[in-house]
This record gives sequence, C-alpha cells and structure tokens, in this order.
Amino acid sequence: MIEADRLTRCYGRLTAVDALSIRAEPGQVLGLLGPNGAGKSTAMRMIAGFLAPTSGTARVCGHDVQREPLAAKRALGYLPEGAPSYGEMTVREFLTFILRVRALPAETGRRRFEEVVAHLQLEEVLEQCIDTLSKGLRRRVGLAQAILHDPPVLMLDEPTDGLDPNQKHAVRQLIDSMARERTILISTHLLEEVHALCNRVVIIARGKLLADATPAELEARSRYHGAVSFSAPGSGVSQEMLGRLPQVAAIEVDPLDGRITAFPRPGARILEPVENLLREQGLEVSEIQLERGRLDEVFRQITMGEGA
Amino acid sequence: MTPVIAIMRRELRSYFVTAVAYVFLVIFLVLAGLLTFYAGDFYERGLADLQPFFAMHPWLYLILAPALSMRMWAEESKAGTLELLLTLPVTLVQAMLGKFLAAWLFLGLALALTFPIWVTVNYLGDPDNGVIFAGYLGSWLMAGAFLAIGACLSTLTRSQVVAFILTALVCVLLILVGQPQVLDFFQGALPRKLVNGVAHLSILRHFEAIARGVLDVRDLMYFLFTILAWLTAGVLVLDLKRSR
Repeated sequence: MIEADRLTRCYGRLTAVDALSIRAEPGQVLGLLGPNGAGKSTAMRMIAGFLAPTSGTARVCGHDVQREPLAAKRALGYLPEGAPSYGEMTVREFLTFILRVRALPAETGRRRFEEVVAHLQLEEVLEQCIDTLSKGLRRRVGLAQAILHDPPVLMLDEPTDGLDPNQKHAVRQLIDSMARERTILISTHLLEEVHALCNRVVIIARGKLLADATPAELEARSRYHGAVSFSAPGSGVSQEMLGRLPQVAAIEVDPLDGRITAFPRPGARILEPVENLLREQGLEVSEIQLERGRLDEVFRQITMGEGA
Repeated sequence: MTPVIAIMRRELRSYFVTAVAYVFLVIFLVLAGLLTFYAGDFYERGLADLQPFFAMHPWLYLILAPALSMRMWAEESKAGTLELLLTLPVTLVQAMLGKFLAAWLFLGLALALTFPIWVTVNYLGDPDNGVIFAGYLGSWLMAGAFLAIGACLSTLTRSQVVAFILTALVCVLLILVGQPQVLDFFQGALPRKLVNGVAHLSILRHFEAIARGVLDVRDLMYFLFTILAWLTAGVLVLDLKRSR
C-alpha cells in the first residue's frame, strides 16, 4: 500500500508538488499521469525516500518514509526515472550488488536472481557491461533491480519511456503479471499506457492533483463519450437529417476524410437512432463506430483548463 | 554492516574495472620511489631508515588522495545512481562508510606495495623496523584523513574537477598550517594560545610525530577525529541535499 498525505515539495519559490494526497491499494495499478514537469518524479522521489518532503507524509506499507526509512525502503521496489545503474558493472555484478545491499538470505537471493533474470530475459547479457547495452535492455536491468527482492510495493517512474513498441509491450506484460497481489504506482505521460495497464488514474499538473478516477470514468468525461461516427460517401443529405434527431446535440465532419461524428445530448444513447435513420435513408455506410471517449482530449481539458 | 561491505566491495571493484586502480598504483609507486631517491637523498644521507620516504607522503597524497576521492559522490550525483543507491535500504552513514573504507583500503594496498623499499633498507643496513611500522601506520592514517576530506567535499558538487580542487586546497592548508613560516606569520597577529591551537591542527605535525616512531594517543586521536568529523560533515551535507 502507498499512502501520500498532503505531500508538498518546494524548491525555493517553486512548488513542485502541492499538497498531493494519493492512495494505492494492493491489486491496484495506479497511473500517475501528467504533462512533463508536472511533479510526477518529484512526488515519486519523496515516496521512495530520496527527497525529503517540505511538508506532508508518505507511507509505504504503513511505514512512514521519513521516520522508518529502512522499513519503507525494504518494502519498496523503485525504478528511478531513466533507470540509472552502474555502467561499468556487468548485469550479473549489478544484480548481485543489489542482492547484497538488500541483504537477502543466500538461498532466497539465488532463487530470485534466477527467476528475475528468466522473467526479464536477461540470460544472454548477464556478463555484459551495462554501458554496452541498448536502452531497452538497460530499462529491463533497472526493472530487474526493482523487483529482485519481490517487494509488495512497486514504483516505476516512466517504465516504458524511450522503448520501441515491442519492448513496451513486454514491459507492460511484465507489470500486468505482477499486478495481482502487489501495489503498483507508475508514472507516465503516455495515454495508451493508462489503457493498457492502469485500473486507476491520478492526473496532476503543476504539482496539484486534478483528477482521481478509473480510465472509464475519465473517458466518460470526454465529449466523444457515446458519440457515433461513420463514413458514408455522398452524405450531404444525411447530415441534415441527423441534425433533426432529438437525441443528437451536434454534428461534425472531418474535413480530411469526410467522416461524420454525431454527438449525443447529455445522457442520450444515439447509436440505434442513427443506425435506423441511415437505414431508412438507404445510405451505404462502410463502417460505424460507437466512441468510448478520448483520453487525450480529457487529459488536455483537465491539465490545461477548458477551451484548450 | 552487510550494506557497508556490499558498497565497499562494489567501489573497490569499480576501481579495478575502470583502470583507475592501475593508473593510480603505477603513479603512486613511481612517484613514491622517485621522490625518495631524488628529492629525499635516500643514499646520500647514509642512514638506514625511511624518513626521506615518509617525508614525501604528505605531498604525494596531496595530489593522489583527491584523485581517488573526487568521484566518490560527484559521479553518483552526475550519473543519477545516487537516487538508486539512496532508495536502497541503506543509511547515509552506511553508504558513506562503505565508500570511504573502499578508498582507504585501496590506498592501504598502494602503501603495502611500496614494500620493496622496506626490503631495500633492510638489505642495506639495520633499520629500526618498529619506527618503519609506525611510519606506515602514520602514513595510512594521514591518507585516511585526506580521503575523508575528499569524501565530504565530493558530496558538494556534481563535478569531479571541482571536488578535486576543493579537496587539494583543504589538504594543502592542513599541511601548511603547521609550517614555521606560516606560524611566524600568525605570531604577530594572533595571541600565543591561538597560534598553538592552529599549529595543532596541522596534519604534518601529527604525522611526523608518529613517523618518528612515537605512538602518542593524542596523534592517533587527531587522525581518527579528523576522519570522523569530515565523514560526519559529508553525511550531513547529503542529508541536507535531500531537503534543499
């Protein structure tokens, strides 16, 4: 469990994190979402015990990170931003060092080492210097370091940043596979990641918490939520007809491909009426889609204010 | 204790992997030899002791100890590994101790590798090996003091060059402060007691006392206290940086 209570961090006059309160429970993958410079990393560094908060508290598995730092750090696996590691060491040396510092019993240590190396597919690079590894591999070494002691709480700062699509997929699968009994907090500015991974999202900007919801709840805030879009060649007439449907609030036509989107009035369901109308008009529709809502639009709305 | 040893081993290993160790050892041994024979008049003195050898050590350490200590924290800051290290379950004291002990042990190894000069002087004459042992001990303690200063100052900056220069500066001050010329300068301006106090700060005075073979508890305490004080200051700086 991760609990942050009015966590605040100032750098001189700048308030990087402003009274941030979040809570993540076991079994939850909480996404910390925000534009660059929103204070995601600063918040994570405070929870990890690297930075001291200006005010407020953070607890990892019930251990206050300021008062019981060692207990909190033992319960936590942390991947710092950019996955820093000692470049001159080989992967084996580095992971062995982490095992030693964490003082895991030899037997458990060996077993975890084998498991983690297999899980992250690091067997082939075990004897290579970390400096010579690709970005994706280095990120995997960082992840290995974070999960080596099988922590109940995992905190990953932009775990897929700079990875190619295949590597991203692999990392997401890994996080997914660990999510069941653990508490996981990941920070990201990638919206696709939220869909792929998180069951709750906290959006912050300029250090302040702006939203705390499930991805579905966020999508419901989108103006596209429940909208119906379709492509129909020669649809000049149908536009007008659509506008007359009582449930439809507005119509938009994409100037590039002529795709038509009908937005519902609040609370209205418009897929059926639109389909009926199109059928009555005898219009050829190549494909029709009910939109769930667009996270990127909601994200912009929340982080930049209305009208953005 | 386990994390201290883990960190110490990692540091020692990184000296050897990055060739720092070999460059350091070669330069240390060559300089120690050259200075003893050329600047120290080892043969011409006609005495079977290692005074000229040990007399050069403060100046040798002045260059080489900061070179060893400058990377200690500055490099971790710069590479971002500081965040990794300090979010592992280790205290600042353990991390500082691990790093310092690695550097100190390594310098001890460099010192031990000067054994041929000890063999030489025993071959040439009949020196007092007790005094020589004391000299080695004093030299190692002095190295520890310099490294502790470097460990502390390395926490202040991300730049290894800045760490090097700051450390060398403080070390040279600690050497010079006991020299007669410097003391004479203070004699006129400061009360006598204060001048004596200043003289006691001098690393050279305590080192020379031990190197003469006089193992005075006060000299040993001076070095241990200097080491602990600077290491503590370094830990405080690291802690301060967390909340700044």
